[in-house]
Amino acid sequence: MNFEIILHAGLATGTILLFAGIGEIFAERAGILNLGVEGMMLLGAMAGFSISLTTQNVWLGLVVAILAGGILSLAHGLVTIHFQADQVVSGLSLTFLGTGLALVFGKGLTGQTPPLIPSFDIPGLAAIPFIGPVFFANHSLLVYVGYFFAPLAWYYINRTRPGMHLRAVGEKPSAADTMGVNVYRLRYFYVFVGGCLAGLAGATISLAVSPGWYSDQTTSGQGWIAIGLVIFAQWNPLKAALGGYLFGALRRGILDLQGPALLFGLANPLYINSNFSFFLKMTPYILTILALVLGSRAAIKKRLGAPAALGVPYIRGERGL
Amino acid sequence: MNLPFTITFEKRVADIPKWLPAATSIGSVIVAFIVSGVILKMIGGEPLRVAKFFYEATFGSWATFSDTIVKATPLIMVGLACAVAFKMKLWNIGAEGQFYIGAFAASLVVLIPMVSPDSPKVVVIGLMIIMGMLGGAIWGFFPGYLKARFQVNEIITTLMLNYIAVLWNNFWIFDRWSDAGFQMTPAFEKSAWLPRVTDYAREYGTFIDGGGGLANFMTSIGLERISGMTLHLGVAFGLVAAVVMWWIFDRSRWGYEIKLIGDNPKAARYAGLNITRNIVLVMMVSGALAGLAGMSEITGVVHRLQERISPGYGFTGIIVAWLAKLNPFAVIIVAILFGALIVAGREIQPSGLSQLLQGIILFMVISSDVLLRYKVRLVRAQAAVEAA
Amino acid sequence: MPETPFAVEMKDIVIRFPGVLANDHVNLTLKHGEIHALLGENGAGKSTLMNVLAGLYKQTSGSIKIFGEPVNFNSPKDAIAKGIGMVHQHFMLVPTQTVTENILLGLDEPRFFMNLAEYDQKILALQDQFGLRVDPTAKIWQLSVGEQQRVEILKTLYRGANILIMDEPTAVLAPQEIDELMNTMRSMVDQGKSIIFISHKLHEVTAVADRVTVLRKGKVTAEGHSMEGLTKRDLARLMVGRGVIFAVEKKPQEQGAVVLSVEDVEAENDKGVPALRKLSLAVHAGEILGIAAIAGNGQSELAEVITGLRPCTGSIKINGKEVANKPPIEAIKQGMAHVPEDRTGVGSAPNMTITENTIMKCYREDPIGNGWSIDFTTARQRARKLKDEYDILAPGVRTLARKLSGGNLQKVILAREISAQPQLMIAVQPTRGLDVGAIESIQTLLLAQREAGTAVLLISEEMEELLALSDRIAVISDGRIMGIVNADEADINEIGLMMTGTAVPSKSAEAAG
Repeated sequence: MNFEIILHAGLATGTILLFAGIGEIFAERAGILNLGVEGMMLLGAMAGFSISLTTQNVWLGLVVAILAGGILSLAHGLVTIHFQADQVVSGLSLTFLGTGLALVFGKGLTGQTPPLIPSFDIPGLAAIPFIGPVFFANHSLLVYVGYFFAPLAWYYINRTRPGMHLRAVGEKPSAADTMGVNVYRLRYFYVFVGGCLAGLAGATISLAVSPGWYSDQTTSGQGWIAIGLVIFAQWNPLKAALGGYLFGALRRGILDLQGPALLFGLANPLYINSNFSFFLKMTPYILTILALVLGSRAAIKKRLGAPAALGVPYIRGERGL
Repeated sequence: MNLPFTITFEKRVADIPKWLPAATSIGSVIVAFIVSGVILKMIGGEPLRVAKFFYEATFGSWATFSDTIVKATPLIMVGLACAVAFKMKLWNIGAEGQFYIGAFAASLVVLIPMVSPDSPKVVVIGLMIIMGMLGGAIWGFFPGYLKARFQVNEIITTLMLNYIAVLWNNFWIFDRWSDAGFQMTPAFEKSAWLPRVTDYAREYGTFIDGGGGLANFMTSIGLERISGMTLHLGVAFGLVAAVVMWWIFDRSRWGYEIKLIGDNPKAARYAGLNITRNIVLVMMVSGALAGLAGMSEITGVVHRLQERISPGYGFTGIIVAWLAKLNPFAVIIVAILFGALIVAGREIQPSGLSQLLQGIILFMVISSDVLLRYKVRLVRAQAAVEAA
Repeated sequence: MPETPFAVEMKDIVIRFPGVLANDHVNLTLKHGEIHALLGENGAGKSTLMNVLAGLYKQTSGSIKIFGEPVNFNSPKDAIAKGIGMVHQHFMLVPTQTVTENILLGLDEPRFFMNLAEYDQKILALQDQFGLRVDPTAKIWQLSVGEQQRVEILKTLYRGANILIMDEPTAVLAPQEIDELMNTMRSMVDQGKSIIFISHKLHEVTAVADRVTVLRKGKVTAEGHSMEGLTKRDLARLMVGRGVIFAVEKKPQEQGAVVLSVEDVEAENDKGVPALRKLSLAVHAGEILGIAAIAGNGQSELAEVITGLRPCTGSIKINGKEVANKPPIEAIKQGMAHVPEDRTGVGSAPNMTITENTIMKCYREDPIGNGWSIDFTTARQRARKLKDEYDILAPGVRTLARKLSGGNLQKVILAREISAQPQLMIAVQPTRGLDVGAIESIQTLLLAQREAGTAVLLISEEMEELLALSDRIAVISDGRIMGIVNADEADINEIGLMMTGTAVPSKSAEAAG
């Protein structure tokens, strides 16, 4: 049990949830619920891994991963924005589609070693005691990008003109429409942005944080956890980032519980019988549920909620939102 | 863009023709198959050969058809489980977990054991049905209660409970009931096996030997022998469940309440319905049906509790329910199609293909719904210009 | 007089929706610097025509000129660029954003980074120019309806609109606020703006308009007629197509025992702000008690606490049985019927048939409910009977509720509620948005309930409806009862004062007992 290691790992794996969660926040703030995050992540992870392998260029792989997630999300955009289909069902089918595509195109990738996104220390900062090794040493470039990404996303949504339009489209599309904001175009755009970030999250797994291609085990439900995180974070990128890091750290901490023979002076049951680790592996999922319960209670209390038009297709001239 | 025509969408004013929903469903399945064929071609496969193989492996003979029905059996029940929840716009995507817990709870009857293995089949199987449904219902209760009490999004909770269910099962399979260190429990006693067609092969032999009218008839339809046919009683559970669900949806007070809450919860509350109780109840019924599917699978097919008893039945059930437009009888037909997909999918490479096909089918179905709400028209460019 | 082009010239406008001809060769001209009333019943096609001028819809045929220049709008942006601004009937404001953000929405300036404080100042300056006061840093949901309307007007002025379209701007305002709005409109015209004022209220049109265009069923019945010499009676005939507006007749009648008694009820609205403060009232059998209040003063919440849809403190008794904070079924069991404010959102299930909608309250009992099952054959027969009795226009009882017009849907709801033979009826805005024919039949149905001895609580924002139907009128402001007056001796000005929160002590005492 070493806190430095746990926090370091938390930042690394939390970055995956950070990208995917903020991507989903963009889509949902524009009024489109996209449950296909898991599928988009998996496709991104596969595409990035595969391109990096075949071209031996990890940057190209990264770009393709981002685009793969984005392009897949456009299918969801088309069906929900133009055909006004149910966003839940469409998102589910996007998960199937993404997973299917990733598995079909990903055959034979297991065990390969493509070039990866570089990890490095930040000169100077890495030397600070405790802080340095946790935050600024031996992290992938993408983890450092994540540090800036969340505040920038927050600033963009809350303090810029396009961010204001994004919020308007998700809260009251008719108001935006009458003022000449193109609701459809913005919704497509932010669904695409969400898809790109999910693809990036996938590449964060397969090319950086836990490199490799393990078919559908690559993401192992993290896309769904990211969606839960969005609700928990009340659609705020900063809270989503913190939640992601916290989640990553908890997960690592729990895994580390298996190591020592003694825990707080008592015999560690996990050390004696490794099968108890099945219960440990449940914890991320139980934590997600608990986070949602707590989050929703807070939301009810503070009357904070989802974007008002979330999940509602916009049709010009119809009453309501 | 200078197309010779523009596509316009007109809202349908009149009632839609009755055949249209079915036609769009069938049409979207066909389109999905074509699209998948194109993708298969892209990655260097041979779509036509795969299609031929697909047919032969699923509907080609009575034996393979029996396999298809065996795979369709859990799908019928899981499809119904999803249908009842979706009818109330409850997005239970945890049928997979409810399936696993149903299987777990049913096997408790044999593994604890709750009754002596020498008990009559009726007793053992009957108790397993109750336990299986109870297990699934409990697994459906949690997300239902959280939704009703705290408005927690059921999509996430049911999904998380899927992972938890599999891990829960694994603990017992690996740790407590492992059969000589293998990742499975010992095989159940025969009293806990659902009757299969092949079990009667010795008694009734092959029809051809018996001679007479029956033999001629059986020969003429190509069903000369029944030995090896794994079709089991579980399919009857599915059919009975479908009839019960049809009655509930179409004839009962409760079905009316489910429909009303699903269509407009505010109106339901206004009409004095107890929405909280109905959310929990529907989630439990949904879970019970998925649990029954799990029970049917371990007693009818694998005859023990083990890892990976489901190749994703719970998720495929979502598509089955949606493609069937939540109609219990249509669920049966769609389940058979998807049963075939699973049978063929085991042998078709690459492995994700059947999942891909499922995703495309579902996309096509929901896209085609636009045809039910709008008339899509091609308007010639000239007319469009005049209008502008 | 020099020949200046019209500010707006709409010619031969045809607007066709699937199955509906909304506008049939409509002409409309707006002179520079005038207030032009566009008069017509609900559903006459006024808003549709103006949505075309605002760039939201496209006309099927016909031409539009702005200050003599032919225009072809493809989006609201095009219309805004030509100086057209529309104040919508249902406010087009983002509730979670500030006044300034709402005003800046859709503009090209600021480009990317926003310095809201700087724009707050600009908006304050604009407010001074036209006398429209509202705090630019406030969030929309914190504002009153009147303030929200000011934001809507400021939005158009900030964009430099010369031509303002105001779609039923008075519908949500109290009498005094209406006067204020009319002063604002006159001051805007003085500063060179031209205004199209949509309304179906004759006295407002005669009070403020220079010229009027009247629409009836999508056709023009009076084109740019000068207001001089036009009486309300003339306008009514042009609008409705017959000489007099039918006035329902209320027979004098004895009151019965108290059916509904509300005592010291307090409740919060959806935002957690107190909406009802120690409110008490009683409704007797055979009486219609009207509730007069400006939108958002607690009348919707009052209906919701009585019907069990909203938690509260205090006591609510129906026939002596306590129903406060009990589930809606308890009040229904005590013989309460409810015609809710929101017909489509609360009162009906859009994707269910007329039959299914008419059994919403009686499916539990004989003859519809039959043990665990429902007798749909009986239900259909009953629905057919109701359809004939209440004159519901629909292809059949299998028609889905969402395909019905507003008036017919309201009749389905009334048929369901009245057929339960209620002892208490809560009717909220029962005639809003309906055409004259439907209004008449629904008002007649409510009076018939009164004669049948039902206690009726009528919440309405139409003062004339309240005066015509009620025995007594309770005026509510900010969740408090300001006074209760007898309808036949009511003074509309006093009611107006009380609606804005001013106490009129002389009136409140005598009718309260």
